[in-house]
Amino acid sequence: MLSIKNLHASVEGNEILKGIDLEVKAGEVHAIMGPNGSGKSTLAQVLAGNDTFEVTAGEVIFSGDDLLEKKTEDRARDGVFLAFQYPVEIPGVSNMQFMRTAVNALRHHRGEPEMNAAEFMKLAREVSKQVDLDPAFLKRGVNEGFSGGEKKRNEIMQALMLQPSLAILDETDSGLDIDALKVVSDGVNALRSEDRAILMVTHYQRLLDHIVPDFVHVLADGKIVKSGGRELALELEERGYSWLGIAEDEATEASSAN
Amino acid sequence: MATTDQEVTELIKREYEHGFVTDIEAHSFEPGLNEDVIARLSAIKKEPEFMLEWRLNAYRRWLEMEEPDWAHLGYDKIDYNSISYYSAPKRKEDMPQSLDEVDPELLRTYEKLGIPLHEREMLAGVAVDAVFDSVSVATTFKEPLAKAGVIFCSISEAIRDYPELVQKYLGSVVPHTDNFFAGLNSAVFSDGTFVYVPKGVRCPMELSTYFRINAANTGQFERTLIIADEGSHVSYLEGCTAPMRDENQLHAAVVELIALDDAEIKYSTVQNWYPGDEHGKGGIFNFVTKRGACMGKNSKISWTQVETGSAVTWKYPSCILRGENSVGEFYSVALTHNYQQADTGTKMIHLGKNTSSTIISKGISAGRSSNVYRGLVKFGPRAEGARNFTECDSLLIGDRCGAHTFPYIESLNKSAVVEHEATTSKVSDEQMFLCRQRGIDPERAVSMIVNGFCKEVFKELPMEFAVEAGKLLEVSLEGSVG
Repeated sequence: MLSIKNLHASVEGNEILKGIDLEVKAGEVHAIMGPNGSGKSTLAQVLAGNDTFEVTAGEVIFSGDDLLEKKTEDRARDGVFLAFQYPVEIPGVSNMQFMRTAVNALRHHRGEPEMNAAEFMKLAREVSKQVDLDPAFLKRGVNEGFSGGEKKRNEIMQALMLQPSLAILDETDSGLDIDALKVVSDGVNALRSEDRAILMVTHYQRLLDHIVPDFVHVLADGKIVKSGGRELALELEERGYSWLGIAEDEATEASSAN
Repeated sequence: MATTDQEVTELIKREYEHGFVTDIEAHSFEPGLNEDVIARLSAIKKEPEFMLEWRLNAYRRWLEMEEPDWAHLGYDKIDYNSISYYSAPKRKEDMPQSLDEVDPELLRTYEKLGIPLHEREMLAGVAVDAVFDSVSVATTFKEPLAKAGVIFCSISEAIRDYPELVQKYLGSVVPHTDNFFAGLNSAVFSDGTFVYVPKGVRCPMELSTYFRINAANTGQFERTLIIADEGSHVSYLEGCTAPMRDENQLHAAVVELIALDDAEIKYSTVQNWYPGDEHGKGGIFNFVTKRGACMGKNSKISWTQVETGSAVTWKYPSCILRGENSVGEFYSVALTHNYQQADTGTKMIHLGKNTSSTIISKGISAGRSSNVYRGLVKFGPRAEGARNFTECDSLLIGDRCGAHTFPYIESLNKSAVVEHEATTSKVSDEQMFLCRQRGIDPERAVSMIVNGFCKEVFKELPMEFAVEAGKLLEVSLEGSVG
């Protein structure tokens, strides 16, 4: 489904991704781990089409197409979804209006009729329960006055509404208490299916207790330095990153920079 | 986000949709202004003697007045002698009695604008007094209004048929001495709307006028007078579009509202005159004086405006709160892009006890435009317990536009309370990225974000207007963001 080859990307002349290779098949869940500043979030942003980042080399094939050629909105319509680490607020635009516009943009792209307000509300109510959000939040502005946890749940709700074929989750676990983590994880697990791939960017192992990945990759200084199964994450938790040749001070520095 | 900037710029470039010229033979005066022109104008309109006197007085005074230059605006000086002061669509005999008699070319023009009179008539239940250039050509729903005792006609008719009301109220809120443009309008106003709602009557429908500037080089000088007698209620909608032109066209309208005891007037405007092209060429110069007087106790005047058009806008719909407990409101969305300039806001003059006013202003600047909020809140010595709340928000799209806020507060009464809030924000790259990542077109995203920003004002608009206003913003924004 997703094939990344030798991907290089920079921002303002600084190279962040220095040759990423990654194969993700439908039905798989991949976790990308690594110290802060290693390029995890950049990878997520580049795949979603944030043009703050410049791709300087490499290719990304998604469902047979050259992903990097496509505009952000076209990638989304083809099924790429990014759950943001820091979802932005859009004052005055209700969640309902925002999500309905998004759902209908995707339906339109697939040649399906638009969902009317009543149909949409029915669906939105069901899904909001799934992520434990009060349906009243649908009337509030997008992320306006949301707590950190609400924002993250809202991102997962959007993934459930839009049913992407590739869901990229950028630090979806950060800032969540244990209950919220459970809710979010349940939402993500509900997304798991044979025709969908999930790419999880995370700093912590704890998320992987709830969402068990098929593969774990360690990213350091813009490259994947180690790949393995679930057990790799546990090993990282126990031993840190240094045994992989990642300087402790780099990891520490990066952590403190966070 | 260079790409987004570029995309936005592309979007902004979309041409003015309403830029077409209706081919109707116009009966126009040669350019130029003198007492003879005014006399001819008054004669064509079959006005009574008092009106000609009134106009000439205003004209003589106007000659001594100077064009104001305090606004944050820059434009080439207007040559008032290069303007034609009368233009009317040619008509066979008298005024058409029904839509069937209206020039089909004109009706097609309205259809192109998406405001077919037929549909409006049937679906919206709105009486439309359509002003095409300078003369009212179609008025609908006169009968149900007449049954309620509401007078809704062109100001020219009112001058002939209701001279007492006109003499009593015309110029009572905006005297011809008020300012340069009001003076000019008083001398040469071509046509406009007159509304009188009698005591205790709630106007059975929303009244609406569509203004449209058409003939080349023609100044348009609308005059609107709305009187709500004791305990009455009326909602009035004004909307405008204009065909594309190279020459700047001057528009200097005057609107006067009078609310007596316990009366309420709601005045809503959607203004979409030609703003000029993307290089700042052409476009309407819009110098408008709009003012309402809450004369009676517990009266209320509410202005809601959505301003997206004109090359230059100079407009301050205001309220004089004379009656005890009277209420003034101003809700405004002003959007500028390309080289548009807007200097707009309001004046709330608190004279009576316990008067209150609310100002919500939303300015949106895109392209290289300049958008100014200028507001005055004044409390007279007898305005015991008066209060005002002002909220001025500016939204910037891109980094080449400007937003300025000039709030003035003058208080001669210690018990008066003023609250003022102001914010400036940008349509951010992050917001755009979020929308696009969810599959939403950049153009749709900008429009959605801007509509969200304007929500507080849009909810004040009558339903059908709110929809139109949303669409208008979408067309007018035609891209923008950075």
